[in-house]
Amino acid sequence: MELSMAVYKRFAGGFDLETDFTVSGEQVGVFGVSGSGKSTMVSLIAGLVEPDQGEMVLDGVCLFSSERGINLPPQERRVAIVFQDSCLFPHLSVESNLLYGYRRCPARHRQIDVKALVSVLKLDGLLDRGVNRLSGGEKQRVALGRAILTNPRLLLMDESLSALDDALKLQIIHYLKRASEKFRIPYLFISHSLLEIRLLTDQVLAMGEGRVLGQTTPEQLARDRMGQSQVGYINLLQVEKLRKMGGLYVYRWGLEEIFVSAGDEEPMAVFELSSRDIILFTRHPEAVSARNLLKCTVMDTFPSGNKVGVELRCGHETLIAEVVVQAADDLAIQARNEVYAVIKASSFRRLS
Amino acid sequence: MPVLSSPDIDAIVLSLKVAFTATLLSLPFGFLYAYLMTFFKFRGKVLLEVLVNLPLTLPPVVMGYLLLLALGKNGLLAPVLEPFGMRLIFTWKAAVLASALVGFPLLVRSIRLAMASIDTRLVQASRTLGAGSLDSLLTVILPLSRTGIVAGSSLMFARSMGEFGATIIVAGSIPGVTRTIPLAIYDYAGSPGGEQAALVLCAVAIALSVVVLLVHESLTRKLTRRQ
Repeated sequence: MELSMAVYKRFAGGFDLETDFTVSGEQVGVFGVSGSGKSTMVSLIAGLVEPDQGEMVLDGVCLFSSERGINLPPQERRVAIVFQDSCLFPHLSVESNLLYGYRRCPARHRQIDVKALVSVLKLDGLLDRGVNRLSGGEKQRVALGRAILTNPRLLLMDESLSALDDALKLQIIHYLKRASEKFRIPYLFISHSLLEIRLLTDQVLAMGEGRVLGQTTPEQLARDRMGQSQVGYINLLQVEKLRKMGGLYVYRWGLEEIFVSAGDEEPMAVFELSSRDIILFTRHPEAVSARNLLKCTVMDTFPSGNKVGVELRCGHETLIAEVVVQAADDLAIQARNEVYAVIKASSFRRLS
Repeated sequence: MPVLSSPDIDAIVLSLKVAFTATLLSLPFGFLYAYLMTFFKFRGKVLLEVLVNLPLTLPPVVMGYLLLLALGKNGLLAPVLEPFGMRLIFTWKAAVLASALVGFPLLVRSIRLAMASIDTRLVQASRTLGAGSLDSLLTVILPLSRTGIVAGSSLMFARSMGEFGATIIVAGSIPGVTRTIPLAIYDYAGSPGGEQAALVLCAVAIALSVVVLLVHESLTRKLTRRQ
């Protein structure tokens, strides 16, 4: 997917949006706080709002051009949206909702098999139901299916996960990734959640006050924001359960073993760990109450606000810790140093 | 037990026929008008709004008289009707027209209420799913305003059953042709010894109105619940 968008739009309330970017990729994120113009951008791309001037091109097809007088209507753009609160048609069954776009898709574009999609999104048991009898997660899965069945050139996910709790979020993320890869549908994932952006995209446009502030990777964005963020940088640890010991759960994380208090019986899990919950020692601390002591190598350091981020390598895995500037100077932390990272067992937060 | 005479039955059947036809005839226009007013902004919207709602406050006699002038031999609409040999005045069709004009604002009101309660993003969703605006109108807006359409129709039907002022001017009160229930009651009330017959027809009118309003009430409740 390649999208270039150089448009200007001014609203009656005084808000204006001006963009000039080209982005190509299959899983692109748009990140920004609410009011930064993300949803306006979605409406502009989908053709629901007309720009004042400029040009928009998607995969070589001009969607809008004020100069050439082109403005493709929404139904001809082949850009589907999954809204925050699903927006299913309340007067139709799940099946009719799913097929709404499919039936309107010209035969030459129909590449997705309905049955295959229903099974990928696990919608088999829901088809005859009315949409008012679905849970939040089910609704969003149906909305996703409905959008994908239009065989879009681009799928716009407009804060599609924001209304869901963590467990459902991960479930939908899993389905979205599977469906997008299986049916080769690129998406633009719009969110104010850095976590969602990191889990779902490989590059990201950062937005603020109606402008695109920059184009970067989710990882870089997370590091840049570490200094200002209240929670620091969130490390995501994919782990495998080994055993239970006393009140603690022992997981394998790469080559290391970690001790976690908030574990459970699931064999696989993802844990969040804030960069702020990692304490660094340059020498082996003889006695600490924290249950995790990892020997790491410093790979790199980077400034972020008044903090210094420290990229650590533990076995094959990477961990980001943060220290204040003075601490970094005192400990003389620099690349290739060996350090010990100390983490309390209670600092891990379970994501799934 | 008083029974209905044959002219009374004629009046009841005619009333139902006129009210039913007027409602059915107005429905497509009412739907389009409500759609226009709910989803679009345009110049002269307020003026149109006032014009359509005028029959609500204007004396029906005025409406009837204006209609008479328009449909008459030298009237405004004469050039349109003349070539087809259509004569509307003093036929049941004129009664339909009078009812349609007077009941239209009531029909539109309910449909607009229903349309305003539709989440606009549902319409947007349908557009991004490949539906053109007409398609979207028929497959999303129409089914979602169903309750309002039925509620408005029932209200207009009831209003048409009671139409008097405009009808008597433009259609007259010809027994078996244009004499509906209200006109028949008027005739009975004016003739000596007609009280009994007038009361019977009153009872019929009340019964019909109650049924229609009960239907309307239950639908409106459903509508507000959804909002």
